[in-house]
Amino acid sequence: METAELTNNTSSISAQQRKRKHNLTCYSFILPNFLGFAIFTLIPMVFSLVLAFLHWDGANKISFAGLDNFKQLLEDDTFRIALLNTFYYVIGTVPLTMLVSLGLALLLNQPLVGRNFFRTAYFFPYVASLVAVAVVWNMLFYPAAGPVNEFLRMLGVTEPPRWSASVDWAMPTVIMASVWRYMGYYMVIYLAALQGIPSQLYEAAALDGANGWQRFRYITLPMLAPATFFISIMLTITSFKVFDLIMVMTNGGPGRATNVLVLHTYNIAFRQFRFGYSSAIAMVLFLIVLIITIVQFRMEDRWVDYQ
Amino acid sequence: MQNLSVQNDTKNREDSSYRLKLWIGRILSYIFLIALAAIMLLPFFWMLSSSLKLEKDVFRFPIEWIPANPLWSNYATIWTRIPFLTFFANSTKLTVIITFLQLATSSFAAYAFAKLDFKGRDTLFLAYVASIAIPWQAYMVPQFIMMRKMGLVDTHLSLILLQAFTAFGVFLMRQFFISIPNELLDAARIDGLSEYGIYFKIMLPLSKPALATLTLFSAVFVWNDFMGPLIYLNSQSLKTIQLGLRMFIQQYAADYNLIMAASLVSLIPVIVLFLAFQRFFIEGIASTGIHG
Repeated sequence: METAELTNNTSSISAQQRKRKHNLTCYSFILPNFLGFAIFTLIPMVFSLVLAFLHWDGANKISFAGLDNFKQLLEDDTFRIALLNTFYYVIGTVPLTMLVSLGLALLLNQPLVGRNFFRTAYFFPYVASLVAVAVVWNMLFYPAAGPVNEFLRMLGVTEPPRWSASVDWAMPTVIMASVWRYMGYYMVIYLAALQGIPSQLYEAAALDGANGWQRFRYITLPMLAPATFFISIMLTITSFKVFDLIMVMTNGGPGRATNVLVLHTYNIAFRQFRFGYSSAIAMVLFLIVLIITIVQFRMEDRWVDYQ
Repeated sequence: MQNLSVQNDTKNREDSSYRLKLWIGRILSYIFLIALAAIMLLPFFWMLSSSLKLEKDVFRFPIEWIPANPLWSNYATIWTRIPFLTFFANSTKLTVIITFLQLATSSFAAYAFAKLDFKGRDTLFLAYVASIAIPWQAYMVPQFIMMRKMGLVDTHLSLILLQAFTAFGVFLMRQFFISIPNELLDAARIDGLSEYGIYFKIMLPLSKPALATLTLFSAVFVWNDFMGPLIYLNSQSLKTIQLGLRMFIQQYAADYNLIMAASLVSLIPVIVLFLAFQRFFIEGIASTGIHG
């Protein structure tokens, strides 16, 4: 009896030890990555929450700011403009990119000769560096003598737009460049989703006498809903974060015509060294993205039918 | 009998009109696809063509797509104007080191997330995934302050530490590892292989496509990264190719031909990588759908 209990005890101890050893093995796999991830990503993320409530220029003493940084947002003219511009950019970019990439994916989903070539061609702008892309884009659209305007003049447009040099056209120009650069990427996601639709569905629909539009409307679109949902979230998030493209194409100009939230954050932090205030702006950006993502997830239940 | 042949007739007629429609559709598709491919690639052709011209001929209209006297010397000139070679070497160094660390650490962690059961796994993984959704710009300032405290601003190490341990890499590798059947691992465990052994001898050899995808994503990201080096690198001798290109553009704003030559040179490594491995790149996007 006693011995039995004893062995029972030892076996449960060794089972515990085994479990602990197993857990340690698991942690050892994660540790190298997690250390770097925690120190250089997680901690700064948490720190940024705190920073938004502090005054700090990086050199002098830190002082508690309460809600000062957020109050200042209301008086900051550039912040208001950057906020509006960010929405302009997002609203201009997201639907257009989705539409174009879906259209391209549908076209490329046919059994065409040279499909791979087209796919590569459309995708290529995505891997080209923004600095190089921006410089060639600006030169193509150079108002006085760029090929685009020369071409328009040839067609009889006497006063072609001044593109990124004009207050009204700068944002549309940036949006065009953005759609051009990213549509190939989302096309690839759509293409993968299209190829995952079982062909029996189309065959059954054809037997029932459904025409092309009906097949698209009642099979393709619903079957693409998960991809569409995913793409809309990714695109919205990345569009709110737009920075590099604008920095290298217009640097927020002319005037403040293309100044966006992240560019404003960057300027406040790295040119004016107002770290607390820049964190407050970043926080607003984060909250906007968070709210929109939550709304999109809510809508997912209504639009997306996972089966 | 007659009835049948009538039916057959209409069917044939429908068939041929259907086929005609299909053909017209195809031809229109091709015209559209080719036109669009031209628009997509035109800026790059123009870049190439302009890089071989005299500065004053760049904006001549109509465009002379193939210059009669290609000025190859433009490509020699750019190397003498700014220390392009240093920038190239710096970018190469960062790209290789960061990509290697990403591959090693994220596939290692991904194995535990995908195939092992342990306390806190799902919470930890959630933290990883959540961090993908949070814009980097929201915490780039605290990151910078921290790096400055550590005395790492204006070193390559700062960028390596920031970019080598990404949630993205872990996520991508995990998605791939999950598809490897558990029976395979159980069999290996029965044969006495440790978890480390399974990782090195079974998982890694089986996941070459995923590793190739991550290599490409990481390499293209680091090579093209502009904002990271912009914030962290000040010394001329440490700057990367994108900063160098930007500097070149600002210093020689009127030398359009040289700017185009420099831009094209900066694109070459990415073009080569992309063309050689584009299959993996596209499969990787299709399976994870997330930006690099």
